[in-house]
Amino acid sequence: MDGLREIQKLEGHTDRVWSLAWNPLSGLDGAPLKLASCSGDKTVRIWEHKPSSSNSWECQAVLDDPHTRTVRSCAWSPSGKLLATASFDGTTAIFQDVGDEYECVSTLEGHENEVKSVSWNASGSLLATCGRDKTVWIWEVLPGHEFECVAVLQGHTQDVKMVQWHPSMELLFSCSYDNTVKIWADEGEDDNWVCVQTLAQPNSGHSSTVWALSFNASGDKMVTCSDDLTLKIWGTDNGKIPSSDGFAPWRHLCTLGGYHDRTIFSVHWSRDNIIASGAADDAIRFFVENNESNSLVDGPSYSLLLKKDKAHNMDINSVQWSPGENRLLASAADDGAIKIWELTSVSC
Amino acid sequence: MVSELINANPVIYEKKERRVRSVPSTADEYAVEPIDQEEIFDILFVYIKDPEHPYSLEELKVISEDAIEVDDGRGHVRVTFTPTVEHCSMATVIGLCIRVKLLRSLPSRFKVDIRVAPGSHATEAAVNKQLNDKERVAAALENPNVVEMVDECLTPSYE
Repeated sequence: MDGLREIQKLEGHTDRVWSLAWNPLSGLDGAPLKLASCSGDKTVRIWEHKPSSSNSWECQAVLDDPHTRTVRSCAWSPSGKLLATASFDGTTAIFQDVGDEYECVSTLEGHENEVKSVSWNASGSLLATCGRDKTVWIWEVLPGHEFECVAVLQGHTQDVKMVQWHPSMELLFSCSYDNTVKIWADEGEDDNWVCVQTLAQPNSGHSSTVWALSFNASGDKMVTCSDDLTLKIWGTDNGKIPSSDGFAPWRHLCTLGGYHDRTIFSVHWSRDNIIASGAADDAIRFFVENNESNSLVDGPSYSLLLKKDKAHNMDINSVQWSPGENRLLASAADDGAIKIWELTSVSC
Repeated sequence: MVSELINANPVIYEKKERRVRSVPSTADEYAVEPIDQEEIFDILFVYIKDPEHPYSLEELKVISEDAIEVDDGRGHVRVTFTPTVEHCSMATVIGLCIRVKLLRSLPSRFKVDIRVAPGSHATEAAVNKQLNDKERVAAALENPNVVEMVDECLTPSYE
């Protein structure tokens, strides 16, 4: 029997929690589990697992400066030392972990208004941001915490909800209120970033806002979630070959519909191939690929592994798998709470 | 603000005679009282004014009781409103006022969907999408000018 066990509820935010990010070093080589959360209360909180205490998760820091409006999204650099935060105040802040404290070392300005998402590339040399001004910005990370904008990408016709770098290739993915996912690549040596593919409705794309996307561990599959109440799985041929030149297009593999009743805000693909989704129906769902013999002919299919109703009292905005060995999932909701879950005894 | 009214001469309808809400005979003050259509109608109609006119949305027939669907058990409310004119640029403002009023009045377990009546607005789909994108609503409600306008619409008129 598959089970989802609630380990702890983390309370402290005084408004909806929009987004979560596990520190990439969490649980590796004995490093403590660490989670960042950001909220409509304009703050970022850092939570750390303390095995010695009775309430094993504790709030380690509250970053209430410099953002003056909702902090919509946060992302750790691959080294786990820097935390980037995107805010409705139009700025992206960079915090550095300096021992027990977090110091704001840089503030990135340029977007006309709300910044909605931020993402580091795999090597930590590039940062991407996006926002309501319909643009995607690419920033080069220079020594001394300098960030230089190297490209402003225009192509989306509405606000851009999320940006996410491919886990191994230098490809940037963005999804939008305009119902599309766009894939951006550097076509030259001179930061000539162009849109190389648009996944839109005529090609089995979404019919409403695309809120989030996530890649599988090998990077040859991607899942997107939408206000159209579906999850879609996309695939490409060369995700496993980061050195290959020439872009291999992504194609629609299958659509998971009929599971969610309300907007799906978040989706995250675990290293061991379990897709978690969090939606406005307060439920968390888990999906796995079916091991059917006809998958070679019809393409892959996925089925619901587990559904946790009333995982939170209100809309779920973010679900994130931990990077460590345990099957830990963090979820965040409109009720201001964060929950840590463990998915137990799954056979797949 | 708006120098020229978009709909200068709105049709004013009579207000509905309000029923006196029945008081449960059992004097159990802890009894759960389900939220119904009439209660939502009262929440919305007693207070919200059209941003362009000093009349309530009821008097302008922007909302009627029939256009409110409530499922108390599932915690779901859907309000369908009819903008005064087809190209009314105030449709998103009216919708935002309805959302804010319900947000402030209903228990947090309620999910609220707001839409303009089918065929009542030139850019129906765009208005509906914007009104139900909670991120855009959250961002709008951090804008002091928007909050001021919404609060003005929601101020009781004490007639």
